Parts: sequence; C-alpha cells; structure tokens
Amino acid sequence: MSAGSLKNMSDTLVQREVVQRVLNESMVRGADFAEVFVEDRMSASASLDQRRIQELSSARSRGAGVRVVVGETTGFAHTADLSESGLLAAARAAAAVAREGRGGVREVSLETLRDYPSHAEVSPSSVPKAHKIDLMMRADEVARASADAISQVQVGLSDSTRRFLVANSEGVFAADDQVRTRFAVSCVANGDGGMQTGYRPLAATRGFEYLTPESVEEAARGAAQQALIKLSARPAPSGDMPVVLAGGSGGILFHEACGHGLEADAIMKQASVYAGKVGEQVASSLVTLVDDGTMTGEWGYLAVDDEGRPGARNVLIENGVLTDYMWDYLRARKEGRTSSGNGRRQSYQHLPMVRMTNTYLLAGDADADEIVAQTPRGVYVAQLGGGQVNTATGDFVFGATAAFMIENGRITTPLRDCNLIGNGPEILKRVDAVATDFSTTPGTCGKDGQQVPVGCGQATLRLSGITIGGTAA
Amino acid sequence: MSELLERATSLLERAAEGEEMEVFISRGVETEVQAYQGEIENLSSSSSAEIGIRILIDGAHGARVGTAYAGSLDEEAIAEALFNARDNARFATEDEFVAFARPDGVVPVSLDLSDPAVGSTTMDAKVAMAIELEAMVRSGDSRIRQVDSANYSDYLADAAIVSTTGISATLERSGAYVSVEAIAADGGEDQTGWGLSVGRAPGDLSLETAAGDAIRRATRMLGAVKASSMKGAAVFDPRTAATLWSIMGSALSGDAVVRGRSFFAGRLGEAVASELVTLIDDPTDARHFAASPFDSEGLASRRNELITRGRLSQFVYDTVSGRRAGTASTGNAVRAGVSGSPSAGCRALQLVPGDYDQEEIFRRVGNGVFVESLTGVHSGVNPISGDFSVGITGLMIRDGVLAEPIREVTIASTLQRMLLDVMFVGNDVQWLPGTTAAQTLAIDAIALSGS
Repeated sequence: MSAGSLKNMSDTLVQREVVQRVLNESMVRGADFAEVFVEDRMSASASLDQRRIQELSSARSRGAGVRVVVGETTGFAHTADLSESGLLAAARAAAAVAREGRGGVREVSLETLRDYPSHAEVSPSSVPKAHKIDLMMRADEVARASADAISQVQVGLSDSTRRFLVANSEGVFAADDQVRTRFAVSCVANGDGGMQTGYRPLAATRGFEYLTPESVEEAARGAAQQALIKLSARPAPSGDMPVVLAGGSGGILFHEACGHGLEADAIMKQASVYAGKVGEQVASSLVTLVDDGTMTGEWGYLAVDDEGRPGARNVLIENGVLTDYMWDYLRARKEGRTSSGNGRRQSYQHLPMVRMTNTYLLAGDADADEIVAQTPRGVYVAQLGGGQVNTATGDFVFGATAAFMIENGRITTPLRDCNLIGNGPEILKRVDAVATDFSTTPGTCGKDGQQVPVGCGQATLRLSGITIGGTAA
Repeated sequence: MSELLERATSLLERAAEGEEMEVFISRGVETEVQAYQGEIENLSSSSSAEIGIRILIDGAHGARVGTAYAGSLDEEAIAEALFNARDNARFATEDEFVAFARPDGVVPVSLDLSDPAVGSTTMDAKVAMAIELEAMVRSGDSRIRQVDSANYSDYLADAAIVSTTGISATLERSGAYVSVEAIAADGGEDQTGWGLSVGRAPGDLSLETAAGDAIRRATRMLGAVKASSMKGAAVFDPRTAATLWSIMGSALSGDAVVRGRSFFAGRLGEAVASELVTLIDDPTDARHFAASPFDSEGLASRRNELITRGRLSQFVYDTVSGRRAGTASTGNAVRAGVSGSPSAGCRALQLVPGDYDQEEIFRRVGNGVFVESLTGVHSGVNPISGDFSVGITGLMIRDGVLAEPIREVTIASTLQRMLLDVMFVGNDVQWLPGTTAAQTLAIDAIALSGS
C-alpha cells in the first residue's frame, strides 16, 4: 500500500457534496453546531528484542466521527462505514441529542477546501521494510558494543500517516496529512547491584528522512550510557532541595505543572488552580511559557488542529504573568472568542478537547554550567520520565530517569530512579535561573483516556527547591 | 456456532500452503454519557468492529510471525490486513520458540459475563443515572464546590479467536460503569475525590457508593498539609493496593522473566514475600471483573497460584514465553486490544484475604500513613530494578486512627522489600474494574518524603 492511496482522500472517499449533506442531516433538528471528521490512518511498527526482529505489524483504521452541539449538550457518534448511508446514520445518531427539534434549520455552506500537505520528504510507507530493519539492527549492535554489561537491548520503530478531513456547520473545510516517525532504544545493564535501564526516544512529525544511521546510533549509545551510569547509582535523597533540570526533557515539568491547568476545559469548570488568574503574576519573572503548534517537524506539530483550526503559537505566561489559556472550538465559542488551535483528538472515535501541542519555556540568558557551579548542594536531573498532575489542586509528580547529586557546585554521583513532587503554582515561582541551551523532547500525553503526541522543551534551569522522593535520608 | 465465529472461521480458508493463520475479530457497541450541571454534556453512542490477523511461516530455524490490524470488517480492509500480515512475516527473525497456541485439553469454565440489560436499558435511563449521580454529589456535602464530571458508560461486546492450529474460542461480555470526580473547597483550598461503581449491567451499579466515595475522599483531604519525612508503616486502601499488585503481577509475567527483565527471575521456590501473601491469578472466578473463559490466544482460563504463603510458586506464560522457558502456556496470553500481539500477563489477580478489616489494621499499625491515591506510578516504578517512588495523598494514622490529611509527599522503597515487609492483608476485598481485585494492605519500612 503506498501513500499515494491516501492522497486526495477528500475527493475519492468522501466527496464535498456528501460532507455537505451529512452536515445538513446533522443540523436537521435544529442544532447549534455540527462537525464531520473523517480520518484514514495507516501505521506500521517493528520491534527488535534479544537480537531478533520480533514482529512487524501494520494497522489501517478508517472512519468518521460526527459531533452535534445543541445548547450545552454534545452528541457524538462514529462509524467505520464511510459510505453516504453510513455517514448519514452516524449523523442521525449524533443529532439524537436534539430531542425536541427546535427548528431553525439552516443549510451548511462549506468554504473552499484548505488542504495542508505533509512536510514529509520520504513517506514511511515507501521505505523498504528491510531498510527499517537494518536501522534497528544497527542500533542494537551499537548499544551492545558500548559495554559487556549491556545485557539487553530493545529497539522500536513506528510510523504513521494520518490523513483527515474536517468540516463543520460554520463552513470550515480542511484536510491535513500528518506523517510521524518514531524510533526508541531501551537498554538494560547488569551490575553487582542489580539491573538498571536506559532509554532514548527519537520522534518527529516528519517522514523517514528523520532517521539517519547517525541519529539512530547516537540514540543507541545514549540509552546504553544511561543504563551503565546508573549501575553505580546510589539511592536518591529524600526531602526538599534545589534541582537543576537539564535542557529538553525537563519541559515535561511545565507540561504537567501548569500546561494542563491552562487548558480551557479545566478552567471553565473551575477545576484548575489557574482559573480567573489572567493578568496575575503566577510564576517567577524568568518564566515565559508558550504552546506552539507551528514548530514544523516537532512531535506536537500540526498544520491544522483536529477541528480545522490552523496551529498557532500562543503565549500562556509572559515574564511570569498569566496571559491566556488554551482553547478548542467549543470552549472558545462559549467565551465568544476564537479557538487557539488546541482542539485535538486521538482518532475519529474520540471527541476533540483542549490539548497541548509543543509546550515550552523560552530560553534565558544564564550559562548552563554556571547554574550548576552556583548550586552548592542539590540534584541534577539529566532526563525526566513521565509525570502526572491534578489540575484542581496543582499537585504533580514526575519521574527522574537519569539524575545526579550536585555537590559543591559539581555534578557527582548518579542516583537511582526517583520521583519529584510538587505543586504547580509554587514550583513556577521557584524558577531562579534559566540558561540559553534550549532543546525539546517528544512525549505522549494522556487525558481522559485519549493519547496524543506532544512536544516539551526548555533550557537548563534551576528550581530553588522541590521534594525528591528517594529512599536515602 | 455464533455468526461471528463462523465469519472468523471462514477466513481461515484463505491461509496459504505452508502458513498458519490466526484471526481475532471483536465487535462492540458502547454508550457514554457525561452529565454537567444537570444536563447532558456529552452523549456518545457507537459501534465498532475490528480484526487482527497473524500469519506464521515455519522455516529452517524456527517460525516467523507477521501481524496486521484493520478497524473495519469490509472485504477491502480484510484483504489489505491479510496481505500486510503475510508480508510482515517475511521480515521477522526465525525463532524456534515462536508458535501459535494449540488446544491443550483444558476445558473452559462456563461463565455468564454478558447481561442483555445493557442493550435493553433505555438511553433515557442511562442519561438519568449520570444526571442523578452528579446531583447526589453536588447535594451530598456543602463543601462540594464542583463536580468535574459525572459519567455513565457501558458496552456490549463479542469476540472470536480462531486459528489453523485448532483454536476456536468465542466470548461475550458486557460492562457498565459510573464514575464521578468531586472538588471540595474550604477557604481557598481545593481537594478532589473520585468514586466509581462497576458491574455487568446498569442494575449492578450503586450511585450511592460512587457518590459517597467521591465526597468522602474529596472532603476528608481538606486541610491537607505536607507531612514530615519519616520511615514507617503505610496502609494502602484497596484501590492503591490493586495498583501495587498489578505492578507485582507485571514482574511475574513469563515474558519479563525469561528475558531477565524481572526482579523475580531465578527466584522460584524462594521466600520473596511475607507469609501473609498468597497471590492468585484466577480468571475463572466469576466474581472478578476481568473473569473470562479464554485467554487472548483462545486457550481456556485456569487458576494459577503465583505466590504461596510468601514463596514464589509460579510465573504466568503465554504460548511463546512458555516454550522459551521450557514449559507450557498457563492460559495467560494478554493483548492490548485486537491490534496487539499476545504476551504473557496476569489476567485476574487477587490476594487471599487476611483476618482484619481496615479499622482493625489502623489499630494494629498504630502510627503510619494511609495511602488513598498514587500519582506518577508509570514514571516512578521500575519492575526491572524494583525501584519504587511515587507521589501520594492520604491521611496520617496516629494512635490507631486516621488523623490529618497529607499531600505533596512521596513514598519510596523497592518492590522486593515491600513484599517482604507486608504487615497485614485485609479481609475487605473489592472487585475493582481492571485486572486486579484487592483489599487493604499494610506495608512496613516505607520512606515518606515531605518537608
């Protein structure tokens, strides 16, 4: 199956006239808003473990979701049947929420299709499977060659081509072609003190040109080194102390600590600590936080969001002052404003909601090494794993998967995996130094059971105090 | 033969000479209602059908498998999946242990897991449950400031797994679920609490239980403070205990063990836990929410005792990991949906109950921390090294009773130590959704990090 079969889906699979008739059917009982989202996703993945290519797997998922809004109520139905009758049936099911039939039927008139081409240079489905396997084998060899202590290597490669078409009763009519490629290496190192793990992901909203032998080898070496270094790790300390976050993966802190709390769905339900705080100083003046769907190639990049709104760069916190929240269509409509391009959904089977894209803290002007040198005692976090937040209280937790002690201004002993815990609003005030070495990292964000790719980023920075959940005194 | 089984079986005729084929088809209808401020916020009703195809080719050095998935059952989608599965198989490395399951003589238990009431209950009645649940929480306590979401959802599904190696299994299942998240406020402070009730049909659900749990959890956290660091006993409520046992269960997977990716590897027969711990995986127990007559390869479910009075007695295997370990499947193939491939995992964990209820455990522990929620589990627990460090909320236990609520603290230990440090196992088993049922659990020597 070539990528060519996905091209012009809007012309071949669901015609403009059909989309229009489905929207009209959705509105027939007098809805305020209706939307059709048609998606065709092809994905492929391969895994290597114990020096063997375990499995190659392909998936194709095609269908449409219809959403109908009546007052405060949203009706939703999805179908894998893309025939006109299948789509009309979904439209009627979604429209069933408009029980009374309030009249006021209006004809939908669609704008000219805005079709956003993918930036991918090499379509993943055009790459011979044998070539993908070579890259994985190469990563395996390089990781194993790092040291005899590397006892296991796992490599995963996956790519997806997601073509979608979205149209709504306001006339929006847009199509996007999103190509994503991901490669990850996990290593286990065996030592006297047991096993330790290392992990490096590579992921971008790009075609297969993103993966080169060099980038793959570097990831493999990085994963192996991380596991090896941790063999001599000692238990992390416990208690409150300064933490220096290395550039890149530390961005997850801001994704968790405040990003989720700045999503308008949480705000409008008064379920966020940031509700009603626009214009207030909510962070240290060193903090300027941006959510930016326009960063071409980044894991959270989108030309257009899943509601047909172009991706945008939105400043959320500027020099510590809360400037705005992130919005999807529904939440923005209630406030009489426009969406910020943050309406996303996992697939046609899901309702869109407010989601982040690439969320990052702008770089500062300090020197990264200087920040460490000026920290007498603390923890240096080289890599953060996942995290979790309660938006209503602001309390969050995130895991350090590569960390070291800082003693007398120098990075010293490696530490075993541990969690860092804090409260978003408090932690934001404790950012007391931000360096210039900005970088980003890919992640998968889960919310209400829906997973979407997101990017995080930041430069090396210091928090004057955060709780480390280690076992040592 | 059910229509679905017939359809899956007929596809096996397309297997080419020299290849084995497995077909997994699943269909379902789902309803989801979210209530907000007395109205329906979202109402979603949908049906879906999916197919997973695996093709196995035997070679000189073993077998190779390729897989493919399609999100619909039309002929074009099936043909494409079959083509891709076959093509993918060519690229796998030959492996002498790779094989499809074959019937092993174990007779499946008969379980009635599907309640037609899910289909016959009107949409209005389902909507009413979500709206009533929200109202119960809003009016249940004056300190409840907001109900973030009150949800009702249900499903009715059937599936068939067949293969050219003789597997032929079908399954029908239904489920219904209500959940609610409450926000309590006192002064400027907010706390959240989450409650749920599960069953096989709407009639099994208790709105009172879900509402009561959400209210109690949110309100009793009000005034929470950051605790002082200490080392001592932690008492886990059934929900958080279930999370712990799920993690332990993942380290008992034969897949993890044969690859040396479990801290249990090489320890069969050893005392790995307190004598109070007898851990069982039993999908044949109809009380368990995850009960099922077949595993994800279509082999009959069976009862497996994994830890017996503290001694590691058995791991769980699917066909491939069983062969790799020189044994056989224990009926423990699990899959992440139709698109996933089988791997070995616990399916319906439960712990043999102890003697005491929760209050008695508080009394006997005397001083410690009561853990009501865990955060950062996916980042803070490493089932390979056993490192364990997670954020918690809960209450202090002082002089045998619950005292002040605490927040923004972490607890840490290692999974190895925690098993040995089990002090009490409760008698208050909760049949929670998911693959793990659990009761109150007390563990000693946990490091609590606060201020």
